[in-house]
Amino acid sequence: MANFLFSRLLQSAALLFLVSLIGFGIVHLAPGGPLAQFALTPGISQADLARMAHEMGLDRALPIQYWEWLTRILTGDWGRSYRDGRSVLDVIFGRLPATLELILTGSFIAIIIGVWIGVMGAVKRYSIFDMLATVGAMVALSVPTFWFGLIVIYVFSVNLGWLPAGNRMTAGAGGGFLDFLHHLIAPALVLAFVEVAIWSRYMRSSMLDVISQDYIRTARAKGVSERSILWRHAMRNAMLPMIALAGVELPALLSGALVTETVFTWPGMGRLLLDSLGYRDYPVVMGILMISAILALLGNLLADIAAAVVDPRIRLT
Amino acid sequence: MSFETALDPLSTSGSRPAGNRAWRRFRRHKLAVFGVVAIVVLLLACAFGPLVTPFDPLRIDLRHRFAGPSFGGNLFGTDQLGRDLLVRLMMAGRISLTIGLCAMVVSTAFGTLVGIMAGYYGGWTRVLLMRFVDAMLSFPQIFLLLVLAAFIQPSIVTITLLIAATTWMEVARVVEGQIRSLRERDFVLAAQAFGAPGRYVMMRELLPNAAGPIIVAATLAIARAILMEAYVSFLGYGVQAPTASWGNMLNDAQQYLGSAPWLAIFPGLAITLAVASFNFAGDGLRDALDARGDLH
Amino acid sequence: MKTMDMPSQPANDHVELPLVPALAVENLSVTFQGETGSVDAVRDVSFTLYQGETLALVGESGSGKSVTSLAALRLLPPGSKARIEGRARLFGPQGPRDLLALSNEEMRHIRGDEIAMIFQEPMTSLNPVLTAGFQISETLMVHRGLSRHEADAEAVRLLDKVRIPDARSRMNQYPHDFSGGMRQRVMIAMALACRPKVLIADEPTTALDVTIQAQILELIRSLQEEDGMSVLFITHDMGVVAEIADRTVVMYKGAVVETGATVDLFAGARQPYTQALLSAVPKLGSMRGRARPMRFPVVDRTTGEADTPVEVPETVIASEQPLLQVSGLTKRFDIKRGLFSPLKGRVHAVENVSFDVNAGETLTLVGESGCGKSTTGRTVLRLIEPTAGSIQFGGADFLALKAERLREHRNRMQIIFQDPFASLNPRMTVGDAIAAPLRVNKLATASQARERVADLLRRVGLDPAVAGRYPHEFSGGQRQRICIARALVLQPKLIVADEAVSALDVSVKAQVINLMLDLQAEMGLAYLFISHDMAAVERVSHRVAVMYLGEIVEIGPRQAIFENPQHPYTKRLLAAVPVADPLRRGQKGPVVADEIRSPIRSPDYVPPERRYRTVSQGHRVMEWGDEW
Repeated sequence: MANFLFSRLLQSAALLFLVSLIGFGIVHLAPGGPLAQFALTPGISQADLARMAHEMGLDRALPIQYWEWLTRILTGDWGRSYRDGRSVLDVIFGRLPATLELILTGSFIAIIIGVWIGVMGAVKRYSIFDMLATVGAMVALSVPTFWFGLIVIYVFSVNLGWLPAGNRMTAGAGGGFLDFLHHLIAPALVLAFVEVAIWSRYMRSSMLDVISQDYIRTARAKGVSERSILWRHAMRNAMLPMIALAGVELPALLSGALVTETVFTWPGMGRLLLDSLGYRDYPVVMGILMISAILALLGNLLADIAAAVVDPRIRLT
Repeated sequence: MSFETALDPLSTSGSRPAGNRAWRRFRRHKLAVFGVVAIVVLLLACAFGPLVTPFDPLRIDLRHRFAGPSFGGNLFGTDQLGRDLLVRLMMAGRISLTIGLCAMVVSTAFGTLVGIMAGYYGGWTRVLLMRFVDAMLSFPQIFLLLVLAAFIQPSIVTITLLIAATTWMEVARVVEGQIRSLRERDFVLAAQAFGAPGRYVMMRELLPNAAGPIIVAATLAIARAILMEAYVSFLGYGVQAPTASWGNMLNDAQQYLGSAPWLAIFPGLAITLAVASFNFAGDGLRDALDARGDLH
Repeated sequence: MKTMDMPSQPANDHVELPLVPALAVENLSVTFQGETGSVDAVRDVSFTLYQGETLALVGESGSGKSVTSLAALRLLPPGSKARIEGRARLFGPQGPRDLLALSNEEMRHIRGDEIAMIFQEPMTSLNPVLTAGFQISETLMVHRGLSRHEADAEAVRLLDKVRIPDARSRMNQYPHDFSGGMRQRVMIAMALACRPKVLIADEPTTALDVTIQAQILELIRSLQEEDGMSVLFITHDMGVVAEIADRTVVMYKGAVVETGATVDLFAGARQPYTQALLSAVPKLGSMRGRARPMRFPVVDRTTGEADTPVEVPETVIASEQPLLQVSGLTKRFDIKRGLFSPLKGRVHAVENVSFDVNAGETLTLVGESGCGKSTTGRTVLRLIEPTAGSIQFGGADFLALKAERLREHRNRMQIIFQDPFASLNPRMTVGDAIAAPLRVNKLATASQARERVADLLRRVGLDPAVAGRYPHEFSGGQRQRICIARALVLQPKLIVADEAVSALDVSVKAQVINLMLDLQAEMGLAYLFISHDMAAVERVSHRVAVMYLGEIVEIGPRQAIFENPQHPYTKRLLAAVPVADPLRRGQKGPVVADEIRSPIRSPDYVPPERRYRTVSQGHRVMEWGDEW
């Protein structure tokens, strides 16, 4: 186990290095580089800019600049927001809980429903249910999330008035669990919509794969009941790839969350990214990019470890 | 010589391998056929529709603002400036579909190149390329696309390239996996045994056998690219007014959701129809070409 | 009855026992509804399995033998659109029941309890995420209503019974912790848990190495005797049939061709197809007293007429300078988990291997899985770069050659692979495939290439008109002929035949071997023949090298190796091969219960110094220690 963890951590570290290279590349892709926002300030002179460039180390060789940028990132000095001067990490961590709340609720709903649909679809392959589920999943994967969100708002908030049209809680009411839940329902369901499709498709395919395996025939030849074959013999095997899926879905979930947050004015990290882009608040923008990539690496790492624990074939010696 | 040398009677002598069978399977896949028909109709409508309708997509007519959909006049209604929504949708479709197709071409070409190199050369080449793919995939696609689009002056060309830059990784993964498994096959070893150089092996032995999954991935890449364009344009960093795309039409429509819902409904339906059609076609192709791989 | 220490007993004396039927398949037909129409997989098949006997269901691929058994047990894949007609009656105390007419629930109670089944692939037939113990106990819990605790106790007893050492601790292990042979033992323990009356064994030893196969056959035989079960043994291997079956049903293209006592069948089959099949089976020991390889007799499948096989002419050109000279060849693969992990161990795939091949000679590398024979073949061609050693080919130092010269020399050496479906590019016509070596090396114009292709297709027994077709239009044997044609196009001196006939059906295998022998005589080819099939090896080789764990343990003229084996491993290997002659059943030595060891060693392993003893001229054997 220690060996496995060690080499897996090294692998993540190597990926993190590549991620940082990409991040650094993007910073320097910004028009005018990291100085861009000052260039627009009225009254600033070319000399001022050159002085600032020197102070920020922009006139040095790229590898040195990268090294300094990396040390700052690693020591937690992610810079300050241009907008309000707060530390970038503070700004991001202030918004992250709302996003995680949305993502976790959405995923939870999606996994439960998606796995169920997938299993039923595989067991009753080519049935009416399976065909409807397949078509439904394909359509769900094709609907733009933001549009779906708008339709939900139009129907349930504008027309029926059942659900609030946005925000995390009623302004001024101070919240309370039910109010909070009331606000969460619509965005979480919209986010779950696409995820249900993904999970059901993967689950169906994984289950189909498993039930055509020789060992399922062996179980049948032993006289094991169909129910027990499904839940004891097939399900465990079919769930193994799902753990990996959970690990790689995080970036897609964050993408979905950004759009959902925009439509429902949900105060999460996605909205923060959009707002920061509007203000050209590059330190925050870069922070969000890096944080989300790090979260994705972390998710992957956890999924791999979970898979190693669950699957007896992956030896942990 | 003996009894086995005579060929069995063959029905499809000289046909492309499995070509007919693939076509038969594809035709049986009703959704895929629907997808292809819908794609053709959409393409034709966007290409020629604006030429045959009586409405000018650019003419502003403030007296006819927010006219609801009707069979007599504007079929899909009019927008906040009194322009006919149907013609606007077709004009926007030209942009959105073009971006989708072009982004697919770029991302498929680049992804295939990376995948083939990684799969064929293996070793450190593979490690570096595929870890780079992994690193790119760690970033949420929309985040990356938005940030890049915000940094670079948006135009139709740059948006297309940016979408390609953020979507080629899936193709690379599919191709790499295919090539890596094909590379172990005996016919590739046989080619090496008779002295075939690397380029011959890649172009003649490997690539044709990976064509199925690449075609499927390309079809799905169009769907994804159309969706991505819609996302960035909706969020305001994609195609800019006055050029209409399905995404930025929805951006405009957002504020009139209560009063003129058709402004939001029809562009969304157009996106869904286009994306779903390509997804259906891709799914049918996957079954027909028997190219099992990633799901979406 | 069928013990090995009663060698002289007639194999068919069971006929004198009262014949009580256990399972009767009557007029069974299975039709699959396919994409392009319906396929009659099984047509009107009838046979009876009597109590206590072993009945072999034998046939080549596509004969419908497996489908017959799966259909009778109603185990065809749930999605397959099959129409099943006929009856499969299981006899029991409460009278016969038609398995095909029972409800699903009734059938479920019969499967695993009254009829059990074991399958071909022990690697995939056990559930990877459930412990071996649970998978055995489950049968008992389902049919006997035992508690988990009681069932586990019984499972330990069963593991003991199938001779798995240290049964109690292995209960909690998962299938991947077991070797292939051990997994098949677990499968057998599972099948026997409820003491079924009928055991259906579907190619249970096909995926196993020959020494392991001997162990499993022996196990099935002794367990059958203890429990008095009836065994329906499905196989393609006439050798196995001769070893184990009291009676035999021969199937061809979905129908029964001939049924009879095994001894009678081998002594004189009535049907031409059976005659053709039996004549194509290499019988170990049939080459006694001959020095040169021999063609297989060719029997017409419809008339049953056979030609008389002749010994091939002398082809070997012995000279001072052998065509291929391999010395000290070594290939080790490092085992690492990830890019950054430390070295976990090494596969010593090929370890200090030396041999010569003369022009026109066939040298065979023979051995079981993991012995390094295929790696040796590929390393000789430099498809894999060796770790150490030297290869002299045609007088040149092959390992020292740089790319351009290597290509030139490599063209004199070609390779044929095992799987004819994987060794042709599915997107290239066979004509293009055969001509590719010419085109790539710019050795012929387009029209010259066309002529060469036509000529080669004719030589390998195919119509030149098929050059425009794609590989999927050909059968396995035809594809292997095409591969041979492709290997010949550069006029090589040496062909590495890597299990080139192993995947082929017996009759096709015989034809391809005949073709290879003819080509050797015509063109003076040398073969480095790589195989695990001792009987085929005996037929084709001039000289034989026996490999074990990456090393050659014995090398010499074929006659010397087969008639005067020295090394314990060679002896064991020869003893394990099923002999396709039921009269010689039980005449071989006892089965050794060892497993094949793994060539994976720790990183600090230093291979011991080996010494070879010369037995007779050219016959050398490695000196062995007390591990044997």
